[in-house]
Amino acid sequence: MGEAIESILDKYRRDSSQLVSMLQDIQAVHYWLPKEALIEVSEGLDIPLSRVYSVATFFKAFSLVPKGRHQVTICMGTACHVRGSPRILNRVRQLLDIEPGETTSDLKFSLDTVNCLGCCALGPIMVVDGEYNGCVGVGDVPKILESCD
Amino acid sequence: MPRINSPSELEEIRKEIQAKRDPNKPCIAMCAGTGCLALGARKVIESFKEEVKRQGLEGKVDVRENGCPGFCERGTVVVIYPEGICYLGVKSEDAAEVVLSIQEKKVIERLLYVNPSTGEKATYEQEIPFYRNQIRHLIGNNTRIDPRNIDDYLALGGYGALAKALFQRTADEVLEEVKKANLRGRGGGGFPTGKKWETCRNALEKPKYVIVNCDEGDPGAFMDRALTEGNPHSVLEGFIIGAYAIGSHEGYVYIRNEYPLAVENLGIAIEQAEEYGFLGKNILGSGFDFTVRVGRGGGAFVCGESTALMASLEGKVGEPRAKYIHTAEKGLWDKPTNLNNVETWANVPLIINKGADWFGAIGTEGSKGTKIFSLVGKVNNTGLVEVPMGITLRDIIYKIGGGIRGNKKFKAVQTGGPSGGVIPEQFLDAPIDFDELTKLGSMMGSGGMIVMDEDNCMVDIAKYFLSFLEEESCGKCVPCREGVKRMEEILSRISEGRGKEGDIQQLERLATAIAEGALCALGKTAPNPVLTTIKYFREEYEAHIKEKRCPAGVCKELINYFVIDEKCPGCGICVKNCPQGSITFMGKKNPVVLDQSKCTKCGTCFDVCKLGAIEVR
Repeated sequence: MGEAIESILDKYRRDSSQLVSMLQDIQAVHYWLPKEALIEVSEGLDIPLSRVYSVATFFKAFSLVPKGRHQVTICMGTACHVRGSPRILNRVRQLLDIEPGETTSDLKFSLDTVNCLGCCALGPIMVVDGEYNGCVGVGDVPKILESCD
Repeated sequence: MPRINSPSELEEIRKEIQAKRDPNKPCIAMCAGTGCLALGARKVIESFKEEVKRQGLEGKVDVRENGCPGFCERGTVVVIYPEGICYLGVKSEDAAEVVLSIQEKKVIERLLYVNPSTGEKATYEQEIPFYRNQIRHLIGNNTRIDPRNIDDYLALGGYGALAKALFQRTADEVLEEVKKANLRGRGGGGFPTGKKWETCRNALEKPKYVIVNCDEGDPGAFMDRALTEGNPHSVLEGFIIGAYAIGSHEGYVYIRNEYPLAVENLGIAIEQAEEYGFLGKNILGSGFDFTVRVGRGGGAFVCGESTALMASLEGKVGEPRAKYIHTAEKGLWDKPTNLNNVETWANVPLIINKGADWFGAIGTEGSKGTKIFSLVGKVNNTGLVEVPMGITLRDIIYKIGGGIRGNKKFKAVQTGGPSGGVIPEQFLDAPIDFDELTKLGSMMGSGGMIVMDEDNCMVDIAKYFLSFLEEESCGKCVPCREGVKRMEEILSRISEGRGKEGDIQQLERLATAIAEGALCALGKTAPNPVLTTIKYFREEYEAHIKEKRCPAGVCKELINYFVIDEKCPGCGICVKNCPQGSITFMGKKNPVVLDQSKCTKCGTCFDVCKLGAIEVR
């Protein structure tokens, strides 16, 4: 873990005002923020661990628990909502048997919701591993999840 | 590329770029915005590039990936230049035919827009009603620009306004021009931009900071995404001009991390602007210095609020503070700071180029210029629309949006995001500007416009916004943290059929207290969705509370799904899809049977049945 984090801190010249961006980058590498990484950040920037934790827990984008191999994100923005995203989310919850923010026990899927991805014209949107699926119907959900191995 | 050191050098380079470009050379402009990418544009673009190679047209026909032209509904959107032929819903399979048609100078009829009411086809963008009724000063160039190539922006006269501001105007004159134009903040509040700049300019302390607010957290709005993604230099140009007027040398762009493409394109744009000398030391040889850094958000709605955003930029938790002292005097790191929204900044080059009088000629008395709305929800043509202030809701929804989907009945339009409200049918002819929307109990917000039909439940919508706000409340002040939570609880109860007499009055009381007592705009405006739905759709609340009935058929606890036997041919698609196995196949041509005791009301059968044989009551 060490070197990767050191280089991320260096990329931002160890400027603690860039903490959010640093955590974003660390999360992009590990898909979540392990405790050790947060300790390293706090030591590397010479700021209290409590501050790193306060930021890591405040922002919705950060996860303090491990993530699965496939990241499923359902957009719950208004436009997606009026076009039925709650039903999509329910179907995914039912199929994966997890709640948003959780990961399946086989570490295959993680489920999250997001407030808006800005593809409002194409709602409901279901993103799997960065791939956007637009105008999703409840019936499409099993197919989309099955396409992940 | 050497740095550009004077306005005359800029003009020379512009001429060089333009001279290198043959205006008659065919170009396939393909939308590579997030919306079209969600419809699979990446594959389509790749097949077009391959096809151009395969037909031996490399170097003869350009393929340009551009930003969002707005008509997301009909992606992938492809425009063939120089003719400007507009193809919609283009797929990979169409590549060969389209590329061939360019050689043969033909138009492919089947990819053209067909007007659903007249059956007429439209060949050019301007003939499509969706575009024809817009005034596209801000997003119009998106199809003409590869956002990753600054030369495209320069070829269209880009950074000309910056040169004009730096060399032909004093900072005061720039400020006066923006004040005279009466540009108002596009982020939601509608505060006069020039006045804001002036306060910051007059603040005594130094250094001064300027910020682009691209934390477009308002769910259902994506114009800032489209601008940042599709024409990032227009935002940067306005930003630099503003910094010059204010006397700031350091700027930040705070951008949502949920917009990866915007983050990427903006980063590239900043690098290119630095290389060309539009950013950095001694810009264009004027002696003015200005640097820009990018801060990424972490998915907190409240960070769109200026003080919370600044806290987040400082690397802290994004909590707002009371604004007894304006951020124009004490903002980022307690220094004078001017923050404006993406769209506001993008308007600045237009004002400098064409003048305040030109700008002021568009719009209404109190709201000048154009505004980009994201027209989404239950409307036929969804996408981004740029219209003059003062246009009516009816014109937007029916003329541009093509009316309500599936011949359903219009019910309401929600504007202003979680801080706004719903506007019912009787106000469809109200002119849309900052002040009118406020009068109706809603607000402009960043320009989200979510159209709802008879199948949308107003209690559910109010509950949706309140649960959104409850989750997004930072928790710093009590009225917002506790009040919004209590309101959400009451709404949940009502939607679950456990509403009781007096709930509506209780909601109204809480709303007043929160609006008065909350610290920042998130809390102060949080009651709006509830108050407007009560005001305009009180009978719907009462149906939930008194009759335990959801008239729109949305609230899960109050509805059941039924099979309409006369409409059901027994095709069995619902049987196959039902996750609970609660629908039984009764043989072909016989209607299926739904077992209510097993049904979880997931709505799958309703969604998959294309014959309307499943009804919700």
